[in-house]
Amino acid sequence: MSVLELANISKHFGAIQAVNDVSFSLEAGEVVGLMGDNGAGKSTLVKMIAGNFRPSHGTMHLEGKEIVMHKPAEARQHGIEIVHQDLALCNNLTAAANVYLGRELRRGIGPFRILDYAAMYRRAGQLFAELKSETRPRDLVKQMSGGQRQAVAIARTMLSQAKIVLMDEPTAAISVRQVAEVLNLIRHLRDQGIAVVLISHRMPDVFDVADRVIVMRRGRKVADKKIASSSPEEVTGLITGAIEQVA
Amino acid sequence: MAVTLDQTIAQKQHTFLSRLLANQTFWVVIAVILACLFLSFATDSFATSKNLFNITRNVTFVAIVALGMTFVIITGGIDLSVGSVLCLCSMVLAVTMHAGYSIEIGILATIVTALAIGAFNGVLIAYVGFPPFVVTLGMLSVARSLAMVASNNTVVFQFGPDHQKLLALGGGAWVFGIANPVLYMIILALITGFILRWTKFGRHIFAIGGNEHAATLTGVPVKQIKVAVYMISALSAGLAGIIQTGWLGAVTTNLGTGMELQVIAATVIGGANLAGGVGTALGAIVGAALIEVIRNSLGLLGINAFWQGTFIGGAIILAVLFDRIRNFRRSD
Repeated sequence: MSVLELANISKHFGAIQAVNDVSFSLEAGEVVGLMGDNGAGKSTLVKMIAGNFRPSHGTMHLEGKEIVMHKPAEARQHGIEIVHQDLALCNNLTAAANVYLGRELRRGIGPFRILDYAAMYRRAGQLFAELKSETRPRDLVKQMSGGQRQAVAIARTMLSQAKIVLMDEPTAAISVRQVAEVLNLIRHLRDQGIAVVLISHRMPDVFDVADRVIVMRRGRKVADKKIASSSPEEVTGLITGAIEQVA
Repeated sequence: MAVTLDQTIAQKQHTFLSRLLANQTFWVVIAVILACLFLSFATDSFATSKNLFNITRNVTFVAIVALGMTFVIITGGIDLSVGSVLCLCSMVLAVTMHAGYSIEIGILATIVTALAIGAFNGVLIAYVGFPPFVVTLGMLSVARSLAMVASNNTVVFQFGPDHQKLLALGGGAWVFGIANPVLYMIILALITGFILRWTKFGRHIFAIGGNEHAATLTGVPVKQIKVAVYMISALSAGLAGIIQTGWLGAVTTNLGTGMELQVIAATVIGGANLAGGVGTALGAIVGAALIEVIRNSLGLLGINAFWQGTFIGGAIILAVLFDRIRNFRRSD
């Protein structure tokens, strides 16, 4: 059974048709690259999955059950986590504090509850170890490399039992070595059975890490095929419109 | 491989000493101690119990308000209205008690006034999106004017049936001969320090100052917290007003004039960053202490009082300069 199934999803803003009749499914432990030019509808599609927008038409099924979401917090409760393009990190806080931001662990009785630093450091350390990232929970985020910052943002998605992680341009503005680090982080998520949607403009990254690629153009899905049976040239053609559509 | 990774993750980057040396508050404490040592030798009158009693007490009013200001500055905001709010709150207390009400009712009215002003500032800033500078600048003018209206711009020095209680509250020394205002300051500093370090609320305040957008995305109730910090700031001004009224035994409408600058200076000298995200309770206290020691020493060393502003302003610029130097080094 698919983790997530989108059926005939459309979204229009007034007269503008941002996403038009898109259907696809996501399997557990699968990495799907979502590609397309600016304005192709990638972000709108992802924002509907993340609960920011409600679709105008169509349905979403999570593990067979239909879901309707009104705000991002509901998506989180369903196990859908998003890594924002700007990572949403506070530079003045430690890695552990960032991982637990908004979901701090506390100990104590009733209203007298204090932050549980020890538990947060310990659990954050475990998450970084699972991600095979050399990130120290006690370090301030402002002292960290791009790859470590990504690890912090990704560790956040692993706090709850996430089923789906949406990643918005995680490799857009970081060095070559850090890109490799981030792609490794994505593989670790996949190995834990999490479905990852990778929005990217960078062809090599998608072909490196993804199992499947979905191409959007002008709000429509124009391709959905295995990486193994596609090529960067074909995907480029699909993005630009040189190739109309493939089955 | 796995072991080395675990070791790396468990490693602590900073020793206690390296963290201490990188801490601005620590250096300000050193500065205060050095200044005190110097003054003890250079003058006969500094290390007398009377002068030290004066200094500690004078520090407290600025320090208590600076504790409240610390919350606001950590979120990246500013509250310029504290001096006027202190004056208005003192006046509300004085007028209420002068009219024959008990000290309890007077204090209650004062605290309600302070919280209402803080909530007004906070709602305009958090929900209507006003810049904090503008709202609190307006309130600086409004609160001072309301204090004049409440008292008809007269001096109030008779506080009704509970007159003596109020004077004892602010002017007494109930424990070990320590001036009461100093005790209040210590208690409030401990509460502030606890909130900032150990509560979810405190953590969220730092998050808002660090990256407000990120705090919103991760589900931190940013708007409610912003209203709360301005209420805390106004409340601290109100409490300082109550204590100062008891200490002085009279309230005039120019009480607390220009105090906002001293308070902000104390906070910044103590290590808080006006850009938000950094600040401590101890910093607010030692910042206030340094300012007071500078002021006191100028008098004792026989330097013209007109130079005060120059020295205090110089200390502010110096404090920010140290912060800049540290940042330059980090960006290299």
